[in-house]
Amino acid sequence: MIKRQLAIVAFAQYVRLNNNNQSNAVSLPKMQIYLPIAEISVNIFLILGLGGGVGFLSGLFGVGGGFLITPLLIFYGIPPAVSVATAANQIVASSVSGVFAHWRRGNVDLKMGLVLLVGGIVGSTVGVWVFAWLRSLGQIDLVISLCYVIFLGIIGGMMLFEASRAIFRTRRKGGGIRRRKKHQHSYIHGLPFKMRFYRSGLYISALLPLVIGFFVGMLTALMGVGGGFVMVPAMIYLLGMPTGVVIGTSLFQIIFVTANVTFLQSIQTQTVDVALATLLLIGGVIGAQFGARFGSRLKAEHLRALLGLLVLSVCLKLLFDLVIEPSELYSIMPGNL
Amino acid sequence: MPFSPHMFRIAFMAAVTVIAATLPLKNSRADALVVDLSNHLVAITTGFTGTDVLLFGAVQNEGDIIVTVRGPDQDMVVRRKERTVGIWVNRESATFKNVPTYYASASNRPMDIIANDNVLRDYRIGLEHQRFIAATDITEVDQKAYRDALVRNMQNIGLFNQRPAKISFLSNQLFRTDIHFPANTPTGTYMINVYLIRDGRIASVKTTPLVVSKTGVSAEVYDFAHRYSALYGIIAVIIAVISGWVASVVFRKG
Repeated sequence: MIKRQLAIVAFAQYVRLNNNNQSNAVSLPKMQIYLPIAEISVNIFLILGLGGGVGFLSGLFGVGGGFLITPLLIFYGIPPAVSVATAANQIVASSVSGVFAHWRRGNVDLKMGLVLLVGGIVGSTVGVWVFAWLRSLGQIDLVISLCYVIFLGIIGGMMLFEASRAIFRTRRKGGGIRRRKKHQHSYIHGLPFKMRFYRSGLYISALLPLVIGFFVGMLTALMGVGGGFVMVPAMIYLLGMPTGVVIGTSLFQIIFVTANVTFLQSIQTQTVDVALATLLLIGGVIGAQFGARFGSRLKAEHLRALLGLLVLSVCLKLLFDLVIEPSELYSIMPGNL
Repeated sequence: MPFSPHMFRIAFMAAVTVIAATLPLKNSRADALVVDLSNHLVAITTGFTGTDVLLFGAVQNEGDIIVTVRGPDQDMVVRRKERTVGIWVNRESATFKNVPTYYASASNRPMDIIANDNVLRDYRIGLEHQRFIAATDITEVDQKAYRDALVRNMQNIGLFNQRPAKISFLSNQLFRTDIHFPANTPTGTYMINVYLIRDGRIASVKTTPLVVSKTGVSAEVYDFAHRYSALYGIIAVIIAVISGWVASVVFRKG
């Protein structure tokens, strides 16, 4: 899987190089489409394939895939601002298609979702504003990369560590996963504005989900991700929500936060490319179905270990790009200081 | 593609014949210069991957030809990365005023042989004679470094040409050259100057405009996104919600 992912990255760069040289070395069927907002012409099949590949992985691992699609679009040569805003638009679609199944099974804690959402809307609004400000400073690319390196590094490392421990344990003792204790008391329970969340069986301060929502909302705006990879662990470990409602509730609030980002980016920076988003989501929806089927054949901890490796390899690639001396030290941007 | 090379050739020969026939009548001076383009409009459609525009013309008496193509001006910020705590970060920057968004030149022989440097500088012919001066207060050394970086970056994205293109003469009087516009060509009105040079001095100049504009669906989408951005955002969200919903319905049974 990692080889496959690296191959996608390598391939995207290869094609980008070739596009720059105006050469016809790519053996893909030549079907170019001019993206109206990104203002470059791309190969339809490559973008569909990109959406399909990421969709496959997201179906396989049960993640949104925003953290893969945004860097890949940037590697391909789509301007970072367009990549981030368009990925947010595409995540609206993938979250909507995912949330129905969870909704039918009653796996959405609506009240918790709404509280997270309030934080998320404020956070993403602030995030879009910060995005525009950083862009004018010429630091947006750096901040996007740094955010990715930090979050993918932490999450990927933790995932890999936890999964390899689980694999090791099952091999030695043949199962026996430690159960999380309910109603652990900590400083969290001393916070004011307590609220009862029946579906999750929690009685905790509303401040906590508000802050988490705000933080993840900001990440959505800055990184073009749904933020599920931060939201889900936060819900389980910080809020103590039961695992069954976590994914559905997170998808539920991601829909609205990414919709808010799409809307605000459209107004503020005009960087949402509907054509690009549509191509990505067509590929993504189909890929996700294959991924989900393929994923049911693999063990959960093996999946987590693979996902951990995948996340870490994207992180390392981005870190590598930041650390090695770039071949071109100067960059240009239309506008004024 | 609406124009095949074959059609170009026919159109070119026909036009040149007409020009050649009318040339002595229209202008009896020795510096007569006639120029035209195969197309005065470059239309960026959904399938646009770049295009060539044929420039052709005729001179009455022998001379050298230089062609310059300049896109609409824009201010540009150039940023320089420096290693900061181990990573490469944009630090210093400089603004350049009125930088053409596109620049290309062509000549039948090397420009420095055709005309002397003063002439090229006075008429700002060729990339090296463009007056890019950073509006930011920086040292002479930096001034040059930033200017070179600006040119280099524009060349890398294909909007400045690497070296002057070739103008070919069919006889001593008829000439032609292809002007290439890449897929990322900016929109706007371009000015094409054609210089007739004799004895190192400019004998005649012809200026002709060329319009690059988006047409069709991509133009409408772009226009809509900029003019009704709130509505565009709402529509983008609605499209995503509907396609997500359709996907969940389609794959529910499967």
